[in-house]
Amino acid sequence: MSELDLRTAAASAAPARRARPSAGEILAIGFVLFLLIATVAPNALSSIDPNAIAAREAFQGPSLQHWFGTDESGRDIYSRVVAGTSTSLLIGVSATAIGLALGLVLGVLAGFGGRVLDFTVNRTIEVLFAFPGLLLALLVIVIAGPGPVTATLAVGLSTAPGYARIIRGQLVGIRSSAYVESARVLGHGPWRILTRHILPNALAPLLVLATLGIGQAVVWAAALSYLGLGAQPPAAEWGAMLSAGRTYIGTAWWLTVFPGLMIVLTTIATTVLGRSLTRRSAGQR
Amino acid sequence: MNAHENLLEVDGLSVSFDGTAVVRDLSFRVARGECVAIVGESGSGKSVTARSLLGLAGRGSLVTSSSLRLAGRDLRSATERDWRAVRGSQIGLVLQDALVSLDPLRPIGREIGDAVRLHSHLSAEDARTRVLSLLASVGMPDPERAIHQRSGELSGGLRQRALIASAIALDPPMLIADEPTTALDVTIQARILELLADVKSRGTGILLISHDLAVVSAIADRVLVMKDGRVVESGNTRELLAEPREEYTRRLIAAVPTDKPRHTPLVPGGASVPAVASAPDALAPAVLEARGLVKTFPSPAGRFRAVDDVSFCLRRGETLGLVGESGSGKTTVARLVLALATADDGDVLLDGGPFSELRERDRRPVRRRIGAIYQDSLSSFDPRLSVRRILADASALAPEADRSSVGELLDAVGLPAAVAGSLPLHLSGGQRQRVSIARALAARPEVIVCDEPVSALDVTIQAQVLDLLDRLQTDRGLSYLFISHDLGVIRHMSDRVAVMKDGRIVETGDAASVFEDPKHPYTERLVADAPRLVFAP
Repeated sequence: MSELDLRTAAASAAPARRARPSAGEILAIGFVLFLLIATVAPNALSSIDPNAIAAREAFQGPSLQHWFGTDESGRDIYSRVVAGTSTSLLIGVSATAIGLALGLVLGVLAGFGGRVLDFTVNRTIEVLFAFPGLLLALLVIVIAGPGPVTATLAVGLSTAPGYARIIRGQLVGIRSSAYVESARVLGHGPWRILTRHILPNALAPLLVLATLGIGQAVVWAAALSYLGLGAQPPAAEWGAMLSAGRTYIGTAWWLTVFPGLMIVLTTIATTVLGRSLTRRSAGQR
Repeated sequence: MNAHENLLEVDGLSVSFDGTAVVRDLSFRVARGECVAIVGESGSGKSVTARSLLGLAGRGSLVTSSSLRLAGRDLRSATERDWRAVRGSQIGLVLQDALVSLDPLRPIGREIGDAVRLHSHLSAEDARTRVLSLLASVGMPDPERAIHQRSGELSGGLRQRALIASAIALDPPMLIADEPTTALDVTIQARILELLADVKSRGTGILLISHDLAVVSAIADRVLVMKDGRVVESGNTRELLAEPREEYTRRLIAAVPTDKPRHTPLVPGGASVPAVASAPDALAPAVLEARGLVKTFPSPAGRFRAVDDVSFCLRRGETLGLVGESGSGKTTVARLVLALATADDGDVLLDGGPFSELRERDRRPVRRRIGAIYQDSLSSFDPRLSVRRILADASALAPEADRSSVGELLDAVGLPAAVAGSLPLHLSGGQRQRVSIARALAARPEVIVCDEPVSALDVTIQAQVLDLLDRLQTDRGLSYLFISHDLGVIRHMSDRVAVMKDGRIVETGDAASVFEDPKHPYTERLVADAPRLVFAP
């Protein structure tokens, strides 16, 4: 009768398998919410114009009026950090989206396109891998010229090979999996097998990776802006702000610390979320 | 046996993990030259018991006992250092899978030699001589060559021999064998059991852990039947098998399919007693026919013929058992029949019409008529889909008038409707195999290819699944191509059998006549080596 017991146990235990979020996950979700509000409605978080110049208020340290202090032109750092969120996040998210889309195309070509295409795509991926990611991005900018759009493209391009390789591996593994074979044995058609079994199973882990990738892309985008190749001053972008504040780092630390902190926190928050998604989807399997 | 000869004395052994007791109040003795077996299904606590006796119960475990003595020495307060001295020199351990128990990167001669030199003061030359004699004593052909081979280069049986050699290298008075033959073919299993019997006759005490009553009855002097961490029943092997006192032991024994006539339920008093089935008509039309199937794979020495001119015919309503050892080509035949692989030569006919010759596009609509059940049912389910979706998807392929609801399908395989919402991952092995049978039924097949459908299941669960398959066949007039390495299962399930060896069918005929009067020497050996329950005379 032990199987009967097991049956009821399994039936009742199956739906309630979601662990409670940890404190770190709650903090990460809170920070991401803050970023989202800053992107959609920056005015809700700060009433000061991020580009308003007030020469008399230059280089003020953090205070009640200016939470993060002011910069060399007297602009409020807090409102600039908030205003820069949309730029930084937009670059991060769209770069990841570009990387994923390109990766998907390459991965699907390699995974389904037959031996010759697989070989070609794989060698291309390997060549791209030979360049460090940032170097590849720099190369793109050298060709296309600096600016936020090219920076986005550049970061997207340089992350694509990684995604492509993962997608191809997933597709190849799943295509020959026992459950795809058993669907074939039952007589399901190829289109149905692709949309019902192969793609969902291949893409689910990818969404998790993409969450992790956004943080990475934000850092890269900031790095390019810092080098003067992405968003240009006086635009309120975290990397550009870092670059501008670098001159005064000895006397006015808040010019660099706060934008830097935002980059670090964004990366940590997306990483924590990505990791917990990974864990949860692994627990499901 | 008097008390002084007791090698191992265990009293009141309990093991718990994080407050959950997995072994409770276990007591037994093993004398010199005696084999005591612990029998039980997965989760009964038998392996944890074996590990506790080596101080290897694992992280987070709490092991208590009122007495734990090995050769008179109290091991209850043994430190890790003491345990290291015990392992190898006092108790040797043989595990199920020698491939993971032996270091894959080192020649087995060195692997065994290290153990010898670690615990003794032999010179390198003497140690080598000792290793050679050990390998010879476990029946390793050409020991001189074997000492230079790595575990991966040996076959399963030879690997298990090497593992036993390393376990007895230091002449330990006690040997613990945890499922030592489970992954092996019957003919090799028989040799390993002979080897263990030989070790026993030299005075070594053996604690055998097994789920297989037939293996146990071949070698054990006494048996402990474990269930949920407790000993249900214990006693002299022959007496216990002949006259089990406890209900659970009776169920275990009844579940062994060996020598049980066809259509006899294996679950005693099970509601699933099939209506008395008449033997399928010998003139019934062939529903599935294989003609001269050949499949080769590239190998270093030219092409390897995995399936070599295999022909058979499956009549409507009957079961054709395909039996053979690992590597005999059974699964390749299944893949050819299911048109998952293309034959180099020959073809498969369904109901007299072409099947394997069809183009995939034309075959797809008829594919549902040949269903399949696999050994590893979990991997045959999309991990994202619930049982309901899996069954509904398959059911959609049946002809419209014949479609069954998910509830009907679950009912047909004896699962409660509540299972529909679960993912297969969260079900037990037996439940998963039932779901996989339900999926096969959903598409309304005429033939089901069963590829080792019960090999991964515990014996009582195996009995339930076999009974279920039997009942479904009678109720629905299904034809089975039943593939297994287990002669007991094959014989119990089949009307006719085909014996495969090295890609060829060496003998075919009525199940009863093939097993009672085998014509081919290979079949003869297979039948002779198949472990069976040995009852008291």
